[in-house]
Amino acid sequence: MSKVAQRTGPLDGRNFGTTGVTLTPAAAATRISLRAREDGLATAKKILGFAPPGKPKSSATKGSINCLWIGPDEWLVIDADDSGLPAKFAKEGNTKLSAVEISHRNTAILLEGAKAVDVLNSGCPQDLSSASFPVGACSRTILGKSEIVLYRTGEHAFRVECWRSFSDYVWSFLMDAAKSA
Amino acid sequence: MLLIHCPYCEEERPELEFRGAGEAHIARPANMAEISDADFEKFFFIRDNEKGVVYERWRHIHGCGRFFNAARHSVSDKFIMTYKAGEKKPKITKTQIDAVKPPAKGTPANEPVWTVGGKGEAK
Ligand SMILES: [Zn+2]
Repeated sequence: MSKVAQRTGPLDGRNFGTTGVTLTPAAAATRISLRAREDGLATAKKILGFAPPGKPKSSATKGSINCLWIGPDEWLVIDADDSGLPAKFAKEGNTKLSAVEISHRNTAILLEGAKAVDVLNSGCPQDLSSASFPVGACSRTILGKSEIVLYRTGEHAFRVECWRSFSDYVWSFLMDAAKSA
Repeated sequence: MLLIHCPYCEEERPELEFRGAGEAHIARPANMAEISDADFEKFFFIRDNEKGVVYERWRHIHGCGRFFNAARHSVSDKFIMTYKAGEKKPKITKTQIDAVKPPAKGTPANEPVWTVGGKGEAK
């Protein structure tokens, strides 16, 4: 009989590689926009299994879950496996924190290679040197005309989170930058 | 590129991540429904627009998302300092102002780079 509906990602099927850098659409992931003040942090810690990082531009990881500092009371949680985070947050109620599932609002592009920083810096004005943006650092910033969340996963590897509807633009921007990097 | 110190990110970040948001320290009247039209106009529309030190709200919109305040010189456009929203208006010293003042008229740095002579030629 017929298959059930299949969800497709906005960048499915794309791939790009050139000397010094490759672009790959990231696999689907659960994402949560987490907002919490002081008194909501304990609950967040209980659900995530670790405390959301408190320092600007820093991230924390445990198992499949990454928690990225976005602002003083805002985090982006990315879960590569489906460990049921939205349901767990829903169960705790929303009185002391807000957890909004944005799994399908965002998509991500994985950028890897020795030229990764050069490619990003063609549209992102931040200092991405290892000293100021080390492995594990993350930040909401801009790339060209689009807002992104940048997460450094390795010395030469970045995850570029962007809104789904901007992903075509971000992909093309990175591809053009890679061609001339 | 202009670098702006975000008090929440605790570092200088490129201006492209920020958006200006008008004059700071404007208290919203608690009795909004009762104030006269003239008072409302004063609160809502009338701004000081000082020439010199100005206090402004800024938002790190493409960063941490937070609003914060800044003391800035409106002629040189230079920042004196930034501070968190809700903090008191800081006292700015003469030394701080002198550090961001535009160069005085007649000093080389204040002269336009290109001037056009009487016969229309660039000098
Ligand atoms: Zn900030």
